[in-house]
Amino acid sequence: MSFVKLSASALAIAAVSATAAAARDQVQVAGSSTVLPYASIVAEAFGENFDFPTPVVESGGSSAGLKRFCEGVGENTIDVANASRKIKDKEIKACAENGVTDIIEVRIGYDGIVFASDIAGNSYEFTPDDWFLALSDKVMVDGQLADNPNVTWADVNPNFPAVDIQAFIPGTKHGTREVFEDKVILAGCEHTGAFDALLATAEGDSDKAKKKAAEKACIALRTDGKSVDIDGDYTETLARIESNKDGIGVFGLAFYENNTDKLQVATMSDIVPSTESIATGEYPVSRPLFFYVKKAHIGVIPGLKEYAEFFVADEIAGPDGPLAEYGLVSDPELSDTQGAVADEAVLGGNS
Amino acid sequence: MSDISQNGAPKRTGSLLSKDARTAKRNRAESRFKLYGILAIAVGLLMLVTLVYNIVSRGTGAFTQTFVTLEVTLSEDKLDKKGNRNLDEIKKVSTFGYAPLIKDAIGKEVEKLGIQTDLPAKKQAAILSKSAAAQLRDYVIANPDKIGDTVEFRFLTNSRVDGYMKDRVSRDSIANDKSISPAQLDFVDQLVAEGVIVKSFNLDFIFGADASDQRPEAAGIGVSMIGSLFMMLVVLVLALPIGVAASIYLEEFAPKNWITDVIEVNISNLAAVPSIVYGILGLAVFINYMHLPMSAPLVGGLVLTLMTLPTIIISTRASLKAVPPSIRDAALGVGASKMQSVFHHVLPLAAPGILTGTIIGLAQALGETAPLLLIGMVGFIASNAPDSVAGGLLSPNSAMPAQIYEWAKRADPAFYERAWGGIIILLIFLVTMNTVAVILRRRFERRW
Repeated sequence: MSFVKLSASALAIAAVSATAAAARDQVQVAGSSTVLPYASIVAEAFGENFDFPTPVVESGGSSAGLKRFCEGVGENTIDVANASRKIKDKEIKACAENGVTDIIEVRIGYDGIVFASDIAGNSYEFTPDDWFLALSDKVMVDGQLADNPNVTWADVNPNFPAVDIQAFIPGTKHGTREVFEDKVILAGCEHTGAFDALLATAEGDSDKAKKKAAEKACIALRTDGKSVDIDGDYTETLARIESNKDGIGVFGLAFYENNTDKLQVATMSDIVPSTESIATGEYPVSRPLFFYVKKAHIGVIPGLKEYAEFFVADEIAGPDGPLAEYGLVSDPELSDTQGAVADEAVLGGNS
Repeated sequence: MSDISQNGAPKRTGSLLSKDARTAKRNRAESRFKLYGILAIAVGLLMLVTLVYNIVSRGTGAFTQTFVTLEVTLSEDKLDKKGNRNLDEIKKVSTFGYAPLIKDAIGKEVEKLGIQTDLPAKKQAAILSKSAAAQLRDYVIANPDKIGDTVEFRFLTNSRVDGYMKDRVSRDSIANDKSISPAQLDFVDQLVAEGVIVKSFNLDFIFGADASDQRPEAAGIGVSMIGSLFMMLVVLVLALPIGVAASIYLEEFAPKNWITDVIEVNISNLAAVPSIVYGILGLAVFINYMHLPMSAPLVGGLVLTLMTLPTIIISTRASLKAVPPSIRDAALGVGASKMQSVFHHVLPLAAPGILTGTIIGLAQALGETAPLLLIGMVGFIASNAPDSVAGGLLSPNSAMPAQIYEWAKRADPAFYERAWGGIIILLIFLVTMNTVAVILRRRFERRW
């Protein structure tokens, strides 16, 4: 019967492929969806210009990428993790527990985070204070900490239109969220005096612990639906804004620049975000982008070191390269990074 | 049930030809019910039409693309300085080294046609796709003897120019756009008038590989189509024999006891398990334990096999059950063994049902993305066409639904159009498979 033959051949194929498990010959990358466009541009150019196969780049968020990165050493784990924030001590520890000890950190440049509303909607000129007052769980009311009473943007700042607060911010698995908390919410918290009030009531054994507790309380956002966490990508935020013209979303600069026909960008502390204002440091909400390489995989996975070096080469990540053209703010210290990659300098500095 | 049976038939008065009130009421109820049915179908059809209209109107743009035809001089002093045609040395010139050739070519074209423009040369060249340099380099490496000649090339324009030709981009919409200026659009208009820029059918969308965020105009669904094909092959080769063998044993040979009951309940349960669970299982078993490569269609196929098995087993058992016992009895009666009765009589009669179930199971697997997320098949995977075929089941590849999902996420609106175009191609596959299933059933099905 043909079924007998079919099943026999099927079993044969399964047996062969299970034992084959041939050596992987392409670089495997995963991580931040903010870094993904840059990484895919580099991967494509790498595949075109080298005899190595085009690396595979997956997204999923910085935390998810670093988690997979730290799963261990070997061909069935990824070689490179993209991240829109620095790796945390906790993650380095988790890595070490799984045998991933030598990690090469590569900073590729800077990226701006912009606040944008629908092109047909209202325009805004924000300061970090506005965002803190709009989204924080507790704010100062008449010198006392109280539940956030603000309902419309006009409650936050009389210069703003009286439309309901509706913000679409990145979810916690995105590195962008952390920058938003650090550079915007925390800054507003400190500036409006809420930080001091929180510090006075914070619990902790030492000053440091108290400060940490107060900072944590600062970045607690309201949960009454005015602030919506977006766990997907910027396209989801864009879709939310298109269906809700009063909504304001948090985007990466490169995403905004590709969608200028649908979005208008808000200024932050009177500075219009652009690669120039971010490079000079005038625009406050920016963050470095990184990728992390497993040193143990260099020499095992063909093309891994070449990929890392190619990524930070002048013709790619330099001010006139394709990454800058797409929206990356190139790193003024790029030549140091190039040297570090060439030397395979690992985190912690030993070896 | 019926009204009449409740307290005897009501006395009927008057002519049979004129309806009494009760009959009229029942007739009205029936016509109302018919109307509801028609309305339900109409709503369904309306939704289908809206869906198809949306998909087709948004997706057809992906099948045409804007091209520029230019004559490029492959100058020797840029590409092969030593002039010895050594391939390794030619390969050292990266795609960045080819950009000036394109700039010169477009400058020459402008001069030849006598186009008046103030646009600087760099901005003129910027209307071309970034894939142009790679296209040139691939050509030169394939034909090193052409260095020094002037060759005619057909390049893609960038996604903004393409959008302008497709009315997606207008001078208003690019007011804040940094990647293109109104002056460049004027220049495009001049080139269109001269016939240098034309819009034509784009075969590369159907057969090409994915492209990075900077060049949506070059992205194609072909490589992921091959990935899907490989996966379906694995599913067919594994799920069909395993599923059919399991169902024949369960249906014809297995004793009816609590063990087979437990198995039966579990098979029905597995059919309802969310597909992402199979992805997690695939990651744990096939990649972490068996060390199969990540992003490989083989692993995707194995995961989808697990997902499709319950569907195939359930439909196979149903079609085996539908074969009347008299056939088995007759076979046994003339001296056939149990196995002969199954393979010579029952199985051929059940084959149309099994095939239909398998095709529907495959169609379901073809449209599945979630399990692929965890085994690394969703992302930027752009193996070039010959490699992806030669690498077969083990080289990294994507799948059609994964590719569509990936495009829908990207920043450039041109990718959005391609996502819809990809949906059209995927739908064509699904409709074809389901039609084949229906035709097979119609032609071979037997009723008793």
